Amino acid sequence: MYRVFTPLAAIAALALVTSTVNAQDKLKIGVIATLSGPPAVLGQQLRNGFQLAVKDLGGKLGGREVEIIVQDDELKPDIAVTKVKALLERDKVDFVVGPVFSNVLQAIFKPVTDAGIVLISPNAGTSNFAGKECNANFFVTSYQNDQAFGVAGKYAQDAGLKKVFLIAPNYQAGRDALAGFKSFFKGEIADEVFVPLGQLDYSAELSKIATAKPDAIYVFLPGGMGINFVKQFRQAGLADKLVFLSAFTVDESTLPAQQDAALGFFAGANWAPNLDTPQNKKFVAGYEKEFNAVPATYAFQAYDAALLIDGALKLTKGSTADKKALQAALQKANFTSLRGGFKFNTNHYPIQDFYLVKVAKRADGKFQTEIAKKVFSNDADIHAKDCPMK
Amino acid sequence: MSMSLLIVQILNGLQLGVLLFLIAAGLTLVFGVMNFINLAHGVQYMLGAYLAVMFYGMTGSSLLALVFALLAALAFGLFLEFVVFRHLYERDHLDQVIATFGIILFLNQAVKYIWGAAPLSLPIPEYFSGSIVLLPGLTYPIWRLVIIASGLAIALLLYVLVSRTRLGMLVRAGANNAPMVSALGVDIRRLFMIVFGFGTMLAGFAGIMIAPILSVEPGMGDTILILAFVVIVIGGIGSIRGAFIAALLIGLADTLGRSFSVDILRLVMAPSPARTVGPAIASMLIYLMMALVLYFRPTGLFPPKGR
Repeated sequence: MYRVFTPLAAIAALALVTSTVNAQDKLKIGVIATLSGPPAVLGQQLRNGFQLAVKDLGGKLGGREVEIIVQDDELKPDIAVTKVKALLERDKVDFVVGPVFSNVLQAIFKPVTDAGIVLISPNAGTSNFAGKECNANFFVTSYQNDQAFGVAGKYAQDAGLKKVFLIAPNYQAGRDALAGFKSFFKGEIADEVFVPLGQLDYSAELSKIATAKPDAIYVFLPGGMGINFVKQFRQAGLADKLVFLSAFTVDESTLPAQQDAALGFFAGANWAPNLDTPQNKKFVAGYEKEFNAVPATYAFQAYDAALLIDGALKLTKGSTADKKALQAALQKANFTSLRGGFKFNTNHYPIQDFYLVKVAKRADGKFQTEIAKKVFSNDADIHAKDCPMK
Repeated sequence: MSMSLLIVQILNGLQLGVLLFLIAAGLTLVFGVMNFINLAHGVQYMLGAYLAVMFYGMTGSSLLALVFALLAALAFGLFLEFVVFRHLYERDHLDQVIATFGIILFLNQAVKYIWGAAPLSLPIPEYFSGSIVLLPGLTYPIWRLVIIASGLAIALLLYVLVSRTRLGMLVRAGANNAPMVSALGVDIRRLFMIVFGFGTMLAGFAGIMIAPILSVEPGMGDTILILAFVVIVIGGIGSIRGAFIAALLIGLADTLGRSFSVDILRLVMAPSPARTVGPAIASMLIYLMMALVLYFRPTGLFPPKGR
């Protein structure tokens, strides 16, 4: 009996050991981003930023080997839910990182957080999840959208601009953008124009702007819309006459197409490639070397998301088993953000600085946004007070 | 002030109109003559733009880019006709829609694979950049005037081709009764190929002309295709004249609707709801027009005779 039992026990013991080692060594992270269709550039930036961070950390987060599983949400909420369920149920991921767009976030939020898995958004930051619907399993490394919208409004007010023309797409984020601007700007609004989402030719609106003769224009036209608008704005000869203020309209994802047309235009952001921190210099150089493109906020916020996981797992000694401990460790934001100062508010959205950034051409001929002026310091979003988490 | 704004908006409407015409002309010919629904027509528009960007990058000359891109667009259109479309002429419309839709998916993905997902841009040719003063205080980009002029020139060329030449006569006859034309000893396959190639080239030309204004990106042909179908339905399928008039109507209605709907609504409602309702009505306007035309003239404004 004894002879039989010993090897069995040894095998059992060994099995026990290997299984715990297995649980410790592969950390599975699902990345969900828009990787097809015209907005694919944004998703690629997000994915690249995250992968670069894992590579820079030696393929490990918090001491554990990392397996990244990338899924394309196709910017379709229903498809995103299917893909996220596959990540949760088939791949049994430990974290979900994504998405780019707010409407996708609304769709995947419940499936992920209800499964008890931590969801880290490196871009989308809607007001509802910052306020009443905030969740212990949800963290944001970007910003609450309203904050970015407010930057240009505050700047316009402080700079004493008198008459501003506003333009945005006719949907919720577009109306939020204009409301965000107006909450800080008290001067005259020349006109507010809402265009259909996805409009490409702005000839009619540009003629209106020319006749209204404002001091400045505030634009929220993300992605392809912004590329077209900026080019046509320049072609119409308006760029030399008015100040161009914007949100999500000129950044490193659109500048390769806008190029000289966007020179000198302003935007509101929480970061720019030339932000002077040692970590950021290293990140920008590394990203450009690896992907031959200037990183935009999507890439840097995804990079920060990986640093956030790394820092938290260091506190929990690599374990994701105790959810309460994991959430507490994430909340501590135990990492040095590329943007410098960073801490989480009670609603798990960042408290951070915001800048007015300006499009510039670098010595090597590439385009990037550069910090012009700090507009908000340690800014927290206004929705945190509605969040039950304290 | 309001008068000069109106003039500029009419020019804007004309520019959208001629652009739509360039795309719709090929579509209506292919649909009318060959009874072939080519959803992939919008892809040719996208390819025209991409090819122009590529050749501009290689040669550095706008003129050479235009010539090479046109030739390449034509060659590619004929290649598609030879490899795929030729086998679909006898099939029913559903097969054609599915096959050509497949081509859209395939080519959109292929474009992304070759040129990347990031939007590209093409500069305006040096001698047409900038804007000119139309009226005191109102300037207009020269390139948009060039688009209008070249579109009108092509419309005139098409008019002469279709109504004054033997080829045009065959095309008109084909639109009326293709089997009869074939029975009279005309090589209908060859005719189809010429019509198809020409239509493809026009769509490519539209893509090249618009590339300096819009961003060149995968899927850019999909939205314009829908408008082009609206144009040919309103104009009457197979009719170049119908396509021309319908394209201008749509271009003007869309542009003027977008610019003045809010102001008009403000006369009857409060400014804030007018701002939200106006754009919604403006974007419905062309479809309302199509519904009205279809109700009163189910075959379109200028259907080819004998159909």
